[in-house]
Amino acid sequence: MKPAIEVVDVRKTYRKYSRRHKFATLKSAILSGSMVGDLNPAETFNALNGVSFDVPAGCTFGIVGRNGSGKSTMLKLVAGITKPTSGRVTVDGRISALIELGAGFHPEISGRENVFINGIMLGLSKREITRRFDEIVEFAEMQDFIDAPVKTYSSGMYVRLGFAVAIHVDPDVLLVDEVLAVGDEEFSHKCLDKFAEFRRRGRTILLVTHQLALVERFCDMALWLDEGRSRGIGDPRRVVAAYITDVARQEEGQIAAADAKAQAGVATSAGTGSAPAITPAREVAAQSGHAAPGRGSSDDAAAVTKRAEASSAEPAGLQDMFQAGEGRWGSREAEITDVQLVGEDGQPAHVFQAGERVNIRIALHAAHALTDFVVGIGLFNIDGVCCFGTNTDHEKFEAERLEGDAEVAFQIDGLDLVAGTYKLDVALHRRDGYPYDYHRLLHSFRVKSRVQDVGIHRPRHSWSFSGGVRFTPPAKESGSDPIFSEREVENGV
Amino acid sequence: MLKNLRNLLKYRQLIQSLVARELKARYRATVLGFFWSFINPLLLLLIYTFVFSYVLPSRQPDVDPYPLFLFCGILPWTWFSSSLLESSNVLIAGGNLIKKVLFPAEVLPIVTVLANMVHFLLGLPILVAFLIYYHAPLQWSEAVWFPMVVLVQLLLTLGLSLIVSALTVHFRDFKDILSNLMTFWFFATPIIYSMNGAPPIGKTALDLNPFTHLAVSYQEILFFPGDFGHWKWLLALGAASVLLFFVGYFVFDRLRDSFAEEV
Repeated sequence: MKPAIEVVDVRKTYRKYSRRHKFATLKSAILSGSMVGDLNPAETFNALNGVSFDVPAGCTFGIVGRNGSGKSTMLKLVAGITKPTSGRVTVDGRISALIELGAGFHPEISGRENVFINGIMLGLSKREITRRFDEIVEFAEMQDFIDAPVKTYSSGMYVRLGFAVAIHVDPDVLLVDEVLAVGDEEFSHKCLDKFAEFRRRGRTILLVTHQLALVERFCDMALWLDEGRSRGIGDPRRVVAAYITDVARQEEGQIAAADAKAQAGVATSAGTGSAPAITPAREVAAQSGHAAPGRGSSDDAAAVTKRAEASSAEPAGLQDMFQAGEGRWGSREAEITDVQLVGEDGQPAHVFQAGERVNIRIALHAAHALTDFVVGIGLFNIDGVCCFGTNTDHEKFEAERLEGDAEVAFQIDGLDLVAGTYKLDVALHRRDGYPYDYHRLLHSFRVKSRVQDVGIHRPRHSWSFSGGVRFTPPAKESGSDPIFSEREVENGV
Repeated sequence: MLKNLRNLLKYRQLIQSLVARELKARYRATVLGFFWSFINPLLLLLIYTFVFSYVLPSRQPDVDPYPLFLFCGILPWTWFSSSLLESSNVLIAGGNLIKKVLFPAEVLPIVTVLANMVHFLLGLPILVAFLIYYHAPLQWSEAVWFPMVVLVQLLLTLGLSLIVSALTVHFRDFKDILSNLMTFWFFATPIIYSMNGAPPIGKTALDLNPFTHLAVSYQEILFFPGDFGHWKWLLALGAASVLLFFVGYFVFDRLRDSFAEEV
């Protein structure tokens, strides 16, 4: 069977804009008389670079990818709005593109007139529109306002009407660009129902979206675009999984870079503050909670009065410590030389699945032997809320000796946190709170989860139902967070 | 290109409803509404008549009654110049359509020209009223030429509008150049003065201006007594306008693919 959409080795080159370039085109156009202007290869970029795929008739086809990966360009090419620089796009049948809803509405005239004109723009005849008019208005839920000028519409009304017209064009091929993000919950359900109806009637849908769940649920096939190239094509679950894995890897790199930057910044500033005016004065509670950020605020308040300024780089008190930004301070009699987070695969990482086993490995170095020391850690979420904090002292480990190189590992059996970015405090200090080396929010990591739960802590949990209550159990992935390897995805290039 | 031109016929319903929308939208929410189509040329006429009768009185004896003479030229000129000026912005203003919807871009300048033509046609009753009021020596044998002149002007304006709209997308400066050019063009056309009054050198120069022949044709048919002697020029201009329309369409068609990226 002939595919509904056929894309063969498509490349789309855009010019990059710059003031100088603009001037150059005008000048060269005048000088050479060529009105199109020569494309200078140095100032172009490829939005799409050799992408090929077929969409069989009746297939719902999803395109996923990061911002700027070429998804929308692809859609515009299929719609025929722009032409490929090279390659071929053929579409069989009438197209309707839900790219920008209500594009072409004239604000001054009524919704009714706009429906007609918009319908004609989308290729309907007047008679066809007359026949479908009531259906369109009903779908848009606009019965009361259809004769008001469009400029008086709310943005929701505007989009609903645009959607209603576009969907009633009854196309053979429907192109959808992220339009389900508009409208309220009820309306988007209605849109999804309409898409489902399209599928039942054997129409072809090309869907570009960031809502990956939608791709998994709705699409028969999916394409993953990355920087204008096809990274994978095939079963939507596998394509989406491969995409998610790659996003995680990318984030990993970003967090690692940000971490390195934070620590480098501290390293340079430590140089300026390295004459530590250590005043172990005004001592000090026996159980100073310095590295136990989980303690109550009454303790903190008490500690403020007792705590001494340990170095010039250190914030004034414990209270401030909670408010302090990232930083590093301490006498450096003993140092934290390295902090690594290690996931289940044994590799240092910055992105973890919720519930994963994570090891925090802290490398220490003490030039001289110490006998009074405490190792502490604190986990903070991005709002600065302390999720958990403890130290060896709280957990009744008696310090005996620290000398030379050492490693402390703190194992979290299950990282039961909701998805988000977290920061880590790591501290090495005396029992009285006098800091040897304090890393404040210098290490970050991200927890990924495909469950959209909220809060901070996710207790291990399960649901069970009995009596007169029944649910359809979730599709098999949604409970766990499986990691698919990218290799499982058929390579589409 | 020919295929696209054929498509143009398919778009006639679209063009028709867009012209209707344009006209409806223009005077929507004004108190006088459609009457502005009559009032605008009338006021324009009033101003020019005042200026050239009292402030800078014309010394040409053959243009009496002057308001009628003026009207014969100004009404078609308004159609022509508004069409071109609006065309220069029409693709950029309609950028949303071109970028986001599969939309035949040439429809936009065509709609602009046609909408302005409707305004021109709506001004004609006032012109007729003037003709009757001044007992103009109108001959039916001449009047049959009138639709021909309108058709030639339509083709000329369409051709130029297509070029102007397409070029402005690429060179935005063109819009500002154009508005000054139109002012110059107005004075370089025998509208506020008659062709007879021009010196011989000026006459040769004026003959090179296509709108001269349209203005002179309107004036000969409606204003000056005697037969319509300018028909040879008109037919020549008609042939040139057909050519210009195709050239305009060709230029537009060549640049079409770049619109979605440039607007």
